[in-house]
Amino acid sequence: MRNYILIVLAAALLAGCPAQPPKGDDASTKKDATTTTSTTDGTDDKGAVQTGKLDGADRTNSTALTGGDQPYRKDAIHDANSPLSQQVIYFDFNASAIKSEYRDLITWHGRYLASNQDMKIRLEGHTDERGTREYNVALGDRRALSVKRMLMFQGATKKQIEVISYGEEKPVGLEHTEAAWAKNRRVQLVYGAM
Amino acid sequence: MKQILSALSFFLLVCSWPAQAVLDVEITQGTEDALPIAIVPFNWSGAPVAAGAATQPDMKWAEVISSDLLRSGRFAPVAENDLLSRPQSAENLDFKTWRVGGIDHLVIGSVSAAGVNQYTVQFQLFDVLKGEQLLGYSFTTSSLRRTAHHISDLIYQQLTGQKGAFNTKVAYVTVSRELGTASYKLEVSDADGYNPVTILTSTQPIMSPSWSPDGSQLAYVSFENKRAQIFTQILATEQRTPLSTFKGLNGAPVWSPDGKQLAMTLSKDGNPDIYVLNLQDKALTRITRHWGIDTEPAWMPDSKTLVFTSNRSGKPQLYKFTQAGQRPQRLTFEGEYNASAEISKDGLKMAFVYKDKSGFKIASMDLETGIMDVLTDGPLDESPSFAPNGSMILYAEGQRGALAAVSFDGRFKQRLVARDGEVREPSWSPFSK
Repeated sequence: MRNYILIVLAAALLAGCPAQPPKGDDASTKKDATTTTSTTDGTDDKGAVQTGKLDGADRTNSTALTGGDQPYRKDAIHDANSPLSQQVIYFDFNASAIKSEYRDLITWHGRYLASNQDMKIRLEGHTDERGTREYNVALGDRRALSVKRMLMFQGATKKQIEVISYGEEKPVGLEHTEAAWAKNRRVQLVYGAM
Repeated sequence: MKQILSALSFFLLVCSWPAQAVLDVEITQGTEDALPIAIVPFNWSGAPVAAGAATQPDMKWAEVISSDLLRSGRFAPVAENDLLSRPQSAENLDFKTWRVGGIDHLVIGSVSAAGVNQYTVQFQLFDVLKGEQLLGYSFTTSSLRRTAHHISDLIYQQLTGQKGAFNTKVAYVTVSRELGTASYKLEVSDADGYNPVTILTSTQPIMSPSWSPDGSQLAYVSFENKRAQIFTQILATEQRTPLSTFKGLNGAPVWSPDGKQLAMTLSKDGNPDIYVLNLQDKALTRITRHWGIDTEPAWMPDSKTLVFTSNRSGKPQLYKFTQAGQRPQRLTFEGEYNASAEISKDGLKMAFVYKDKSGFKIASMDLETGIMDVLTDGPLDESPSFAPNGSMILYAEGQRGALAAVSFDGRFKQRLVARDGEVREPSWSPFSK
């Protein structure tokens, strides 16, 4: 276990080094991260990988997490200065693909979970009020699963992640406006202890 | 048009009297060819004959019957204040006066005590033009509104040839929000919004109520255990049973017309797919296998064929599944969002949610010809539910948090406004047994 933490810390330190090329820019980097953190898991259900954008070219935009010497320390998720304190991912209408601007954030959360195996996370999928209710429950589920796959790609394990979809039933914005809808199309990352 | 206006002003009167209705009705689009009918206030005939006998009830028969007929969109009842006279028996009817007043049909009736909480109700329906009686009934009853709705059913059937659906119920979900916390209720009321009964209250969402074909139970989705699970509840006994609590989604429960199966959406095998649970042996059959979203099953009258929403083409569209091994047949091609189908009892019509540039609307499709009609204006209409006689489609107006109804041909519209909070997901009961 101690070795494991050291590896992760080393990885984290490397990740924090500005001289390094951006992390997560190719598949081999990801694979390394996965193998250091998990032996029991790392396989998601078959056919789970989204086509298109998830493995697209814009992943090269992925950058390292900043936040001092230990960017993935346990309390980072409560640190307003850490990007890990950002725990909502937003989506386009009727889409469950992760938008490029959220790839880094989800990558960091995945590495955080890989580094803190005693933490668990509940992914709450939501939609805006447009469209039918049960379809939206399914859509919220797909959104949460998109986030789950990316977290697991970074070494988070299946047993750390719980997925639930509320569809359009729990809006943040109650107005019938594009602004409210944009806020409601989301996956909330809710951390808890194992 | 004048008739519609007078019907409307009449209706405002109805709505103003104090009663336990949870929903007020507003007619938003009338029809020109509604049948003019006069319902004369029923006379209370006779003081209690013995100690303990029923006394005059606080019940406005003519108003209940008139509002039923008005809500059907097929009738233009005359406002009580505009009645030419108030005949109480067939003997002193002057058909000519009513004929001149443009009234085609006339209803008179009377109520008397028949014992403890028991009443005798009589009514007669006359054809004014022919000057003859079309219906005449006498009932002994203790449930007055029920009997009034039954009278409406008889009149409706006599004059339209179609079975009336006034003596039915509606299930719906209400949400009220206070200081950031929401309270969800599953309620069942009479079809006119009266006698609402809360059958479940929760701090977590309640969704997708569906009636058993005998009207004795509801299946619904509750998030009370912090995830979507399907429960059934017997209305008379409040007995609840968790029916589907698999990992992942448990949603969109719908009873088959034969009452033996429940179709639903489960994601336990990775993706939201349609499954059918045999309620007798509890065998679960997977109906769809697709990586996309398959949900919102609806039964055809044969209790074998299912219509469902799928995004297998990239966007949500409606498909029909006939039997295992056969590819589901796509039913909708117009527009980029067609979902949440409900099939009329005769299997001839399908109501669903359709999206165009100005929003989400209720549409119907003739299943034989494939011809589609957009019935409502949106922008956030959803959850269509047929009246058991197929005459009206009840739905939710998301923009207002209100329920509304539209005739199957789109010509007549009404809105049912909740007294407080938001109402949604209406589900019209089957005919009462």
